[in-house]
Amino acid sequence: MDMKSIYLTIVLLPLLGALIAGLTCRVIPRALAHWITISSVALSCGLSLYVGKLFLLDHQEVFNQTIYTWMVVDGLHLQVGFLVDTLTAVMISVVTFVSLMVHIYTIGYMSHDEGYQRFFSYIALFTFAMLMLVMSNNFLQLFFGWEAVGLVSYLLIGFYVKRESAIFANMKAFIVNRVGDFGFILGIAAVAMYFGSLDYVEVFNKAPQLSDTSLSIMGDGSWSVLTVICILLFVGAMGKSAQVPLHVWLPDSMEGPTPISALIHAATMVTAGIFMVARMSPLYELSPTALSFVLIIGATTAFFMGLIGIVQNDIKRVIAYSTLSQLGYMVVALGVSAYAAGIFHLMTHAFFKALLFLAAGSVIIGMHHDQDIRNMGNIRKYMPITYVTFLIGTLALIGFPGFAGFFSKDAIISAVHASSLAGSGYAYWMVLAGVFVTALYSFRLFFIVFHGKERMDDHTREHLKESPWVVTLPLILLAIPSIFIGALAIEPLLFGPLFEGVIKVLPQHDVLETLREEFHGIGAFVLHGMMEPPFWLAMGGLFTAWFVYMKKPQMSEDIKQRLLPLYNILDNKYGFDDFNQKLFAGGSRALGSLLWKGGDVVLIDGLAVNGSAKSIGWFSSILRHIQTGYLYHYAMVMIVALLALLFWFV
Amino acid sequence: MLADLPLLSFTIWTPIIGGFLVLMSGDKTPNVSRWLALFVAVLTFVISLPLYSDFDSQQVAMQFVERASWISQFNIEYYLGVDGISMPLILLTTFITILVLIAGWEVIQSKPSQYMAAFLIMEGIMVGVFSALDGVLFYVFWEAMLIPMFLIIGIWGGPNRVYATIKFFLYTFLGSVLMLVALIYMYYQSGSFDVLGFQRMPLNMTEQVLIFLAFLLAFAVKVPMWPVHTWLPDAHVEAPTGGSVILAAIMLKIGGYGFLRFSLPITPDASRELDWLMISLSLVAVVYIGFVALVQKDMKKLIAYSSISHMGFVTLGFFTVFMIAANSQANGGELLGMSGGMVQMVSHGFISAAMFLCVGVMYDRLHSRMIKDYGGVVNSMPIFAAFFVFFAMANAGLPGTSGFVGEFMVIIASFRADIWFAVLAATTLIIGAAYTLWMVKRVVFGEAGNEAVATMKDLNKREVLVLSTLLFAVLALGLSPAPLIDVMNTSIENLLSHIVISKIPG
Repeated sequence: MDMKSIYLTIVLLPLLGALIAGLTCRVIPRALAHWITISSVALSCGLSLYVGKLFLLDHQEVFNQTIYTWMVVDGLHLQVGFLVDTLTAVMISVVTFVSLMVHIYTIGYMSHDEGYQRFFSYIALFTFAMLMLVMSNNFLQLFFGWEAVGLVSYLLIGFYVKRESAIFANMKAFIVNRVGDFGFILGIAAVAMYFGSLDYVEVFNKAPQLSDTSLSIMGDGSWSVLTVICILLFVGAMGKSAQVPLHVWLPDSMEGPTPISALIHAATMVTAGIFMVARMSPLYELSPTALSFVLIIGATTAFFMGLIGIVQNDIKRVIAYSTLSQLGYMVVALGVSAYAAGIFHLMTHAFFKALLFLAAGSVIIGMHHDQDIRNMGNIRKYMPITYVTFLIGTLALIGFPGFAGFFSKDAIISAVHASSLAGSGYAYWMVLAGVFVTALYSFRLFFIVFHGKERMDDHTREHLKESPWVVTLPLILLAIPSIFIGALAIEPLLFGPLFEGVIKVLPQHDVLETLREEFHGIGAFVLHGMMEPPFWLAMGGLFTAWFVYMKKPQMSEDIKQRLLPLYNILDNKYGFDDFNQKLFAGGSRALGSLLWKGGDVVLIDGLAVNGSAKSIGWFSSILRHIQTGYLYHYAMVMIVALLALLFWFV
Repeated sequence: MLADLPLLSFTIWTPIIGGFLVLMSGDKTPNVSRWLALFVAVLTFVISLPLYSDFDSQQVAMQFVERASWISQFNIEYYLGVDGISMPLILLTTFITILVLIAGWEVIQSKPSQYMAAFLIMEGIMVGVFSALDGVLFYVFWEAMLIPMFLIIGIWGGPNRVYATIKFFLYTFLGSVLMLVALIYMYYQSGSFDVLGFQRMPLNMTEQVLIFLAFLLAFAVKVPMWPVHTWLPDAHVEAPTGGSVILAAIMLKIGGYGFLRFSLPITPDASRELDWLMISLSLVAVVYIGFVALVQKDMKKLIAYSSISHMGFVTLGFFTVFMIAANSQANGGELLGMSGGMVQMVSHGFISAAMFLCVGVMYDRLHSRMIKDYGGVVNSMPIFAAFFVFFAMANAGLPGTSGFVGEFMVIIASFRADIWFAVLAATTLIIGAAYTLWMVKRVVFGEAGNEAVATMKDLNKREVLVLSTLLFAVLALGLSPAPLIDVMNTSIENLLSHIVISKIPG
């Protein structure tokens, strides 16, 4: 098989599976639906891993080809095509692998759900859309994939169509993402105008020529075109990758079933923004302003969203805020031009966060779909596999030395430290403090759920048992990379020539260079890491969590009472939701009513349309008085008129 | 070979004559009239297909031309012809009419033969509007179009249909009177009613501005543009489903078509002079009307406002041309905006038709168009819900559907005229999604709103057939717009080459 057919197969198989399962979802048996979609995604995953191997080990040539022409108009060639290089290879391997795990897991998680076939169809469709996004060789298809994953996310968040909170959350997710896409499409419009093309390679090659071009947006202020383009595109990423202030949809998206929280809202879709910026590195490198913007947004998200995780009581929401915070870390990496570190963290995070969500889902199955951690406790006794894998995920998340997250997070923090970009000082403190916060909320969750007193009711306790193998197998298969992938991948991804010609970093921005010089093997890296502040901060967080939630369980309540104002701020999520609800949602409705009632109904219809109709009616009603039909009236008028004329002429 | 036959005349007169036959078949045997009507509509569609297959997309001149003297004293001709701009609209007309007839199949129980006949006659007249190249012939078709639509709303319409029909009639009729004056004025200048002759005729600025304004009123009412749009929501609300579909899918396009066939080429200098006005009205339509759509309580009104907002993209795409041409940094893009406007018209034809049909499906079951009377429709009508969500997404401009193509092209084109035009136009991504999805949330999702909703029957085969045909069209145009773009390209290029040259004599 030539490479083009391989890539086409990778993309189209999940689509085929989704279509078959989706169109027949009301007639085919459950098992058939999952066999069709799972085998299509498994094949796609096998091929993706094969492609991954070709690129990572065998130095496969970059593939860049058009599949078909969407349209040609005005010299603009818009196409659908694939660009497969090392970056794509990493992404498709991660996406299809996590997707496959989630597919298998779903058999167990959704076993009692009536929308079983439909669910499989959706997640297979999602896999297709995500693959289109990461394999695109142009902005148009990128936008297609971008919106298509948004569509499936919409369908899946609202999967439980009867639940009011779910159907509110999915609408909110779509609209907030559309705010990001508003920026994104303007960015694409700017690219189309200034580059005359939407093809990646053409755009990237031409980018340096445009570094001096500027456009005036308002008055005399002129902006570098590249800065404008980069910021606009990043606004799209802020929506999809849930960065402040467009992050508000992600916690609510937890209304969807847990498998998709793992797949879409942790491992893959939300990292699309990270991937996009890394892909666009030849543009971002030319605009330090945009990079600073990216950096500050990311750092803010990384720290402040982590804080909220401490006060959440829904098992999935804690992990959701953790995802926000970790996405912030990735964005910080992009901001300091350590794109490779961002992608590295994206990869490790995909494994351990999918693991955490799926393990949380396993707990939720055991708890009969109760997600409140205040009703849990000591679950390790009943669910040993879930317990161990959750612990592995947690350790990877807090960056415990040797685990996957350690390598990627350490790389990011060192990169920020080495950066001299405007805003990097702020970012450094944010990501450093974030490490403590991460360990604190992670182990708070871990201790409350798996240790301590058993707080569930008796009925639940009686039925509490380890989940079936279709659930635990994916946990184990995800736990393995959550431990090892960091150690294995750090050298090729960060210090090797893998991303040469794929990700562009200007020499003056190359913060990973320092790291590269100091790197003397995995062992030394781990040992060195244990002497750095992040390690101690993580330990501090772990210890604090243990002390507050295990050692002195009543203490958390004390702290809450003492820091009530702070607690309220966190509990209200800094007020973003209320603000949006009042100002944007309420404001739009008020404006709509005003324009409708005031503009259309009163001014246009009332005054202009019906008004003119009425005034004609009024005018004719006056005229009507003249036509009385009485002969003597007419005779009278004639005589008077004759007299008048007579006087006039005489 | 086919090109030698008077295909355009066939496409116009087959449905009109067929319509009268259906009318004569009477209401005693409704099934005979239904099948006869369907046969005529399908026949017309088949007759119209060679217009596409035998179309030479490289040819600048009008194709399938038919020309005969009609009223020789005034040099009025029976003069027909199509180019890449009108041909797709004719096919849209013949295609949508079939669906409308099927959609009204057993729904219309009162006077079915007259209903079917009205739509067939309407179809022929609309094809006539799109293919007439003589000013008087155009005007006759243009005005004749009002009669069947007036009857459709007036006979099969809702409770407030009298107000709606009068408003509809007065708006459109007043709009077109000045157009007649403009046509007659140009006749006195050129000695004929040849529209292509009008396009070549030199006119000074004052004449151009006056003619432009006369046309503007006629076309703006049809599109409709803000602030002469208020007839549309009323007409839609009162019209039966089929009437709404034809109104939204085709009649609105006649306004957009008028700008391309008359305003821009006949009065290019006035168009350039007044482009600020047109752009402002278009953006007002996109933004203002978007907000108005958000607060509608009646689904048909909501979709009607959404139509106005989407049609704003059409006029925006057409009239940003001059500013794009004037912008030295723009790297072209005039063609992009114009083609985008055209694609938007065709796409809106599919999507608005589908949206109105969806509302019609619900109306047939519950006899209400109010959002509050629904909720949780997905529980009783899952297949319908899937279609409705799909078309709603298309309405919100999701890539992969046709709704995206035109909006995308117009946004990236208007960016070249002024970044702020693009910013305002792109707000439709947010507002459009907001009003569409909010409606979907309240109508389709949730617990079944009431007993009546819970017992609604899902789509029958006929409805599935109609909606899936439209779904296929929406996807096909969204995934591969090239075939449509390719037939239009030469004609739009030709149009552009005309309008950038001043027509002011001396």
